[in-house]
Amino acid sequence: MAQSLQITAAAPDPALLDLPWDVPLEDWPAEVLAALPRGISRHIVRFVKLSGRVIAVKEIGETVAYREYELLRALSKLDVPSVEPVGVITGRRAPDGERLEAVLITQHLQYSLPYRALFCQSLQPGTTARLIDALTVLLVRLHLSGFYWGDVSLSNTLFRRDAATFAAYLVDAETGDLHDRLTDGQRAYDLEIARVNIIGELMDLEAGELLEVGVDTVAIGNLLAERYTELWDILTSEESFHAGERWRVAARIERLNALGFDVGELDIMTDVDGTTLRIQPKVVDAGHHSRRLMRLTGLDVQENQARRLLNDLDSYRAASDRQNDEEEFVAHDWLSGVFEPAVRAVPRELRGKLEPAQMFHELLDHRWFISSEQGRDVPMAEAVASYIVNVLPARPDERALLELDTGALPELDEEDLLALEAD
Amino acid sequence: MATVTFDKATRVYPGTERPAVDALDLHIEDGEFLVLVGPSGCGKSTSLRMLAGLEDVNAGRILIGDRDVTNIQPKDRDIAMVFQNYALYPHMSVADNMGFALKIAGTPKADIRKRVEEAAKILDLSEYLDRKPKALSGGQRQRVAMGRAIVRSPQVFLMDEPLSNLDAKLRVQTRTQIASLQRRLGVTTVYVTHDQTEALTMGDRIAVLKDGLLQQVGTPRDMYDTPNNVFVAGFIGSPAMNIGSFEVVDGAAQLGQTRIPLERAVIAAMTPEDKGHLTVGFRPESLDIVGAGTEGSIGVKVNLVEELGSDAFVYGEIVGAGEAAKEIRSGAGEAQVIVRVDPRAVPLKGDTVWVSVRPGERHVFSSATGARITV
Repeated sequence: MAQSLQITAAAPDPALLDLPWDVPLEDWPAEVLAALPRGISRHIVRFVKLSGRVIAVKEIGETVAYREYELLRALSKLDVPSVEPVGVITGRRAPDGERLEAVLITQHLQYSLPYRALFCQSLQPGTTARLIDALTVLLVRLHLSGFYWGDVSLSNTLFRRDAATFAAYLVDAETGDLHDRLTDGQRAYDLEIARVNIIGELMDLEAGELLEVGVDTVAIGNLLAERYTELWDILTSEESFHAGERWRVAARIERLNALGFDVGELDIMTDVDGTTLRIQPKVVDAGHHSRRLMRLTGLDVQENQARRLLNDLDSYRAASDRQNDEEEFVAHDWLSGVFEPAVRAVPRELRGKLEPAQMFHELLDHRWFISSEQGRDVPMAEAVASYIVNVLPARPDERALLELDTGALPELDEEDLLALEAD
Repeated sequence: MATVTFDKATRVYPGTERPAVDALDLHIEDGEFLVLVGPSGCGKSTSLRMLAGLEDVNAGRILIGDRDVTNIQPKDRDIAMVFQNYALYPHMSVADNMGFALKIAGTPKADIRKRVEEAAKILDLSEYLDRKPKALSGGQRQRVAMGRAIVRSPQVFLMDEPLSNLDAKLRVQTRTQIASLQRRLGVTTVYVTHDQTEALTMGDRIAVLKDGLLQQVGTPRDMYDTPNNVFVAGFIGSPAMNIGSFEVVDGAAQLGQTRIPLERAVIAAMTPEDKGHLTVGFRPESLDIVGAGTEGSIGVKVNLVEELGSDAFVYGEIVGAGEAAKEIRSGAGEAQVIVRVDPRAVPLKGDTVWVSVRPGERHVFSSATGARITV
C-alpha cells in the first residue's frame, strides 16, 4: 500500500483505499477494471469498478488535477451537462519509493457512450449529424455559462440517448476556463478548435473504415459552426421591430422554448418616440421541457425525452377527455397509470438495457409501429409485452458493462483499435 | 516578417477598476523567444490571450508585423497556440496527423507533403512519416503534436505554461526540446510561465510583469545583473536576492551592527520621500567571507548549512540587528539571509561568519519608489 496518500473529495468512499494506488495506472490488473469503451486521450485513463458503480481514473499532474476538479465542480453547480467529479488523489508512491502521478477521479456517466462506440454499433443513418447537433447544444450552453473549453472534440464528450437524438456531456475540462462572460474572440476560437478537431476525428474514423458511407467530414465540421452560430443568434441576438408588432415578443420566447430554452431575463427597449421596440434575451436557461416535466411528475429526464413524455401526457389528456382538469392531477394519473406500469413491466434482468425514460420512448415508438402494421390502436400493455419479447433482448446493455462476457459493446481503446492494423 | 508589438495595450475586465494589463508597451523582434513571467495574477496570460485574440483589448493596439490585428478574429491572425491538443489520431499515419489541418484548409496535396516533410526533418521524424502513431515513443508522439503547429507556418507561436502539467523530469527534458526547436525554426515565440528558472534558461529576452504593469524587459543577463526595481531584483534568481531596508547614517547604510559605506552619488540620489532609508540588495553568490570587523562587512550568525555538493548555502540572521532584523529578507524568508560558501569550507551551525559584498555586485534601490539607483 502506498503511504501518505492525500484524497481530496466531497464525499470520499472508503472503498477507494482498496485500489492499487501504488501501481502505475496502466499496469492495473483486469479484475479492478470495468470493460467500457474508451475514447482517445493523451493521458492514461481507466474505468474502475467501485462499490457497485464505475469511476473513471485519469493520471495527470497534481496542479492540473486540482484545477480540473474545481472546474468540474463549478460546472456542476452551474447545471451544465458534465461528468461529476469524485476527487483527486496525490502522494502516490510505488513500493520502491518512486513518485507516481496524481489522479483525477470522475463518475462514469451512466448510459453514456463515447462516439467511437456509437460508430461501431450498427446504427441508424444520420447518427453523425445528430451527434453534431448534441455537441452544438452543449457548446452553446457552456458558452452561455461563461465556460471556455479550449479543446472541444468528440473525444472529450460523452453522449447519451435523448429520445430520438442524443444529449452531449463534457468529459474533459483540463484546458477549460470559467469567466463571467466570454468575449466574441473566445467563442470564435473555441468554435474553430471544435471544427478542426471534429473533422480530424471523423477523418480518423474514415481512415479506419469505421465511418458511415458517404459522410463529408469537412462539411460536418462546418455544419457544427453553422448550427452553433444559428442557435447562438436565436438565443442572444437583439431584434427590433415596429411597436405595433408586439406579438414578436411572445414569438421569440416561444421559439426559444421550442428549442428547449427558458428565458430568464429579456431586455425590452423602446426608442424615444416609442415607435420601435428592441428585444434581447439576457439570460437563457436550457431545460425548458425537462423542468416542466419535473414540476408535473417529479421525473428527472433529459430535454428531448421530456418533450416526448409531455407529448404522451397531452395525448393521454385528450384521449381521456380531461382538458378542463388541473394539469397536475392529470399528470399524476398519467404517471401512475401509464408510465410506471409500462416501465415496471420490463423484467428486472432486462432493465439495465436502457434508461427508463429512454425505454418508454422506445415503447411508444414500438406501439406506433405495430399499430400501423396491424392497422389498429394497440393498447399500451400489449405493446409493452411485444416490446419485451421482440425488441429488448437484442439491445446491448448501456448502463455499464461490469463483466466482459455479456455480449455487450467491445472495449475500444487506442491500443485495440491500433491492433487491428497490419503494419 | 513577424515582429509582435503591444502598443499601450490595456485590458480591463468588466466590473473591475484596476486593469489586468495596463498600457503594455512591448516590441518583440522577428524570430525572438520572449518569455512573459511574473507571479500569479500579474497579467502575463491575459497579455498572451490579447495577442491570440481571446481577450478584448480595451485600449491600445496589438500588431503582428505591420498589421494591426487588434480587432481580427483569432483564426485570421496567423498565430498558433502550441500544446493545446496533442491527442494523436490512431488510424492516420504520422504524416496525415501532422498535415490534417492543412487538408481541412484545402491546401494542395503536394504542398502539404512538402511542408510535412520539412517539419519532420526538423523534428527528427522523417523515417516515421508513413507509420502509425503506435509505432512511436512518447517523446516522438509529442513531437508529432508540435509538428501540427509547425506545418501551419504561423507567424508567431504562443505557449501558455505548456510544461505545467508535466512531471519534473519530463519538464526539464521538454524545456530543452522546445528551446532548441525554436532556435532551429526561427519562428517568433511568446511564452508564458510563472517559473523564473524556465524564463532565465529559455528566453532570448524576459519580460517581468506585476499587477498588470511591465516591470522590466531585457536579456536574462540584464535582468539578473541590473534589475530595474526591487520587485524584479527579488523575483529573478534562485536562491532569491537578500534585500533589506537600511537606515542611511553618516554616509553609510546601517542595519544593526552592519555598516556598508555608500558612494556620495548614491546619497545624492536620495529624496525626502525616502525618509533617510535605502533598500540594499546583494545576491547569495555576491558575498565573500572576510575577517571579522572588516569595514562594510556583514556579520551573519549561522542557523543552517545546506550542502549540495557543488555549492553550499548558509542560512542565517544578521548579528546585532535586534528590532531591525525584520528589515531584511531573502529566499529563506523574513529576517533571514542566504550566503553561498565554498562547499569545502562550510561553517558550523552557531558560528558567526563575516561577509562582504563584492564590488559592483551591490544593488541599491530607492526606499520610496523601489526604483534602481544607478551610480
